[in-house]
This record gives sequence, C-alpha cells and structure tokens, in this order.
Amino acid sequence: MGFSGASPRQVVLGRTVIHCPRTLTAMPADLHAHARAAAHPAAAPCPGCATGTLADRPDATVVRHHRTVAKAHAPGTDPGALRRRLAVAAALPEILLPPLDPAPAVLDGRQVTCWPLGLPVDPQDPDAAPWEDAATLTARLHRTPPPPGLPAMRGPEKAALAVARLTTEAPHHRAVPVLLRAWASLPPWARAEEPAPPELGTALCHGDLHLGQLVRHPAPYGPWRLIDVDDLGVGVPAWDLARPASWYACGLLPAGEWRRFLRAYRTARGPALPAEGDPWPVLDVPARALTVQTASRFVTKAALAGRPLDEGEEALVDACDRMTAPRTGVL
Amino acid sequence: MHCPKCHAPMHTYNRNGVQIEQCSGCRGIFLDYGELETLTRLEAQWAQPAPPAAPGAPAWGAPHGGHHGGHHGGHHGGHHRPHSFGRMLFSS
Repeated sequence: MGFSGASPRQVVLGRTVIHCPRTLTAMPADLHAHARAAAHPAAAPCPGCATGTLADRPDATVVRHHRTVAKAHAPGTDPGALRRRLAVAAALPEILLPPLDPAPAVLDGRQVTCWPLGLPVDPQDPDAAPWEDAATLTARLHRTPPPPGLPAMRGPEKAALAVARLTTEAPHHRAVPVLLRAWASLPPWARAEEPAPPELGTALCHGDLHLGQLVRHPAPYGPWRLIDVDDLGVGVPAWDLARPASWYACGLLPAGEWRRFLRAYRTARGPALPAEGDPWPVLDVPARALTVQTASRFVTKAALAGRPLDEGEEALVDACDRMTAPRTGVL
Repeated sequence: MHCPKCHAPMHTYNRNGVQIEQCSGCRGIFLDYGELETLTRLEAQWAQPAPPAAPGAPAWGAPHGGHHGGHHGGHHGGHHRPHSFGRMLFSS
C-alpha cells in the first residue's frame, strides 16, 4: 500500500509557492519486516523480540524490533540529500546517532533507514531534560565544518510548511490572521524565500532541535546523542537555539532551564552566539519564526480536532500578536 | 577649599562617582547637594543584592514572572505546565 490522496495543492505565502501534498500516508507494509531483518541479519529465528510502532506521523513512521529501529522517511524525500545527511551522522558518532547502514533502502516508494535503539527523554518528566547535553552537542555540531555538497538546513522551509498547512487546513480559525501577520513581519530568509544573508554566518545545523531529538545510546545508560537528520544541513546556527528561546520568550520555559541551556552552549564555544552579552539580537528572528511555526502546527491540530486552544497554545498566539503590535512608550 | 568649621584644608575623594570633601584637620565630611541621597541609594543597593539577573527577553516575549513567578525550584509536584507545552517540547 502506498500513499494516496488528492493532487498536491499550492499555497502562496508572500512570494513563496508551497506545495502541500495532502498525503494520507500509510506505513510501508514491510517496515516491521525490514526492522526485523536488520535486527537479525543472519536470518536467525526471532526469539520473540520486543517490537512496536514508535511514531506514525504523516512525515515519518518509526518502528522498533528488539534493539533496531527502522524509519520510513517522508514521502518525496530526496534520496541523494538523505544519503548526504546520513553520511554526516555516520561520520560524527560522538554527536549524532550513527545509522546502522549509511545507504537507505526503499520500501513502497519510501526511503527507509535503520538505527540502533536509543533511550529518549521521558516525556512524562520534562524536568529531567538534559539541557546541558542538548546545548553541548549542538555547539559541537555547529563547530564541525560541513562537508562539501551538504544541502541546506531545512528549518525555514519547515516553518513555511507549517504556515501553509495552517492556511489550508484551518483557514477559518480566529488565530490565523494573527499568525499570518507575525509571519509576514519576518525577513524573507526566515520564511525560506531567500538565502540567509551571509553576515548571519553559516554552520552545520540540526535543523529541528527539540527534546524528542535526544537519545541515550547505548540505551539506557549511554551518552546522549542527537537523532533525526532529515532537516540537517548548512544554515544559520541560531535556528537550532531558537526553539528553547521561543519557549522561554513565550513564558513556557522557566528562566533557569533557559539559562542552563545558554550557559552550556557558550561553555562549549558554540559559534551562534557572542561569547557574552545579550543573545537576543541573534536569536530574535529565528525565535519569532519558530514561535509562528509552533503556533501554526498546534492551531492546525486544535482546529482539526475541534477543540479550543489550551493555555500554552494561547501563549504562543499572544506572542505572535505582540510581534506586530505597535510599540509605543517605554516599558 | 578650607573646612567651614576648623579652616584646615580639605581633600577631595571620589567614591562610586560621588565627590567627597574631607577635612585634613577635624576629619569632617562635606557633601554637595544631592550627594547624601546618592550615597544612601548606593548603600541600599549594596545591602540588598540584586536578584540573579533574569536573562533578557525580546519585546514580543511574555511578561515574565507571571506564568511561573512563584515556582522557583518547585519542579516536583505542583509545577504547572500547560498540557500542550509537554508536547511542544517533543515535537517539530
């Protein structure tokens, strides 16, 4: 069974035309078998291993067999670009989880990669989040020279996609005008309409850093590593710091956690920020973009589920509203 | 300048930007207009150390202290996080 659906739809945002393939993706039928084959390469009989589906989203399906994980990447993933990104993970095993095989397989038209099982951050215990490890790994990634030919980091593209989905899937939600105004206030590079100006600097970036992108390997006591190379590439390194920056700015992440993350990034001599002083001149644009992205995703989800926004989601929408509020007087 | 009380010469010192004249004879101190207030203010700042500087935030940020002002260190039990924030931490 492959992915089916209506023809791709186009959304015009500013000067960008974004294709929104309305895919009803299905898990490739052989993904579990593929994971099993990778876990037992000698075709040994399976002794009844632990198996399961770890994630099944439109953009990725992830299944597990014993200590092997198989991921079916998003439909339409460029095989050449994925291969280059996998090569980076294979070359930097002290920063990124290395793939079991640097060459993706193809199942039902989807690119499929296999990985060793890692232990993720416990979603029930976000206070135990390894902020220092996240920051240090990110700084080390940013300090690594990108290999020639590596594609661009996909952060701005993902933000544009989230806004495009909002306008197609939740066009009548009351937050849409607020989010579109905030989006329009961003410079073109942050909306994936132009390359970033060279003075912002470039580095090897993860492109989609959040707490779900960290695992301990080997599970459960190994060191933390970054996972998910789908958006990895060359880009403005402040983008990788902008999600925690956005959570902090929206009042969701306590100042203590944010301070730990910043301090660890600077201690590891991450190049995105000046060694001391105010980080916000560098973080402002990417943090605004990620706030609009996250707000768009969650408003879309809430609209599709027919539920009201909760307090955290309202905090994001309020922050987007303040981005375009006329500034009068002094604070 | 000479001391208005004993007429001994006065020496000028600068302390934290405040000009202080002290008499070399009777050790009396002469303050210009407003300097006593300045010293009092400096003393108050010294006695009451500033809270650890909150990291800066952008103009569009939430008013900090409102959402989690009363939760310093209170991470275990009762720490309020919006339901969606747990999901935001772990999703693209």
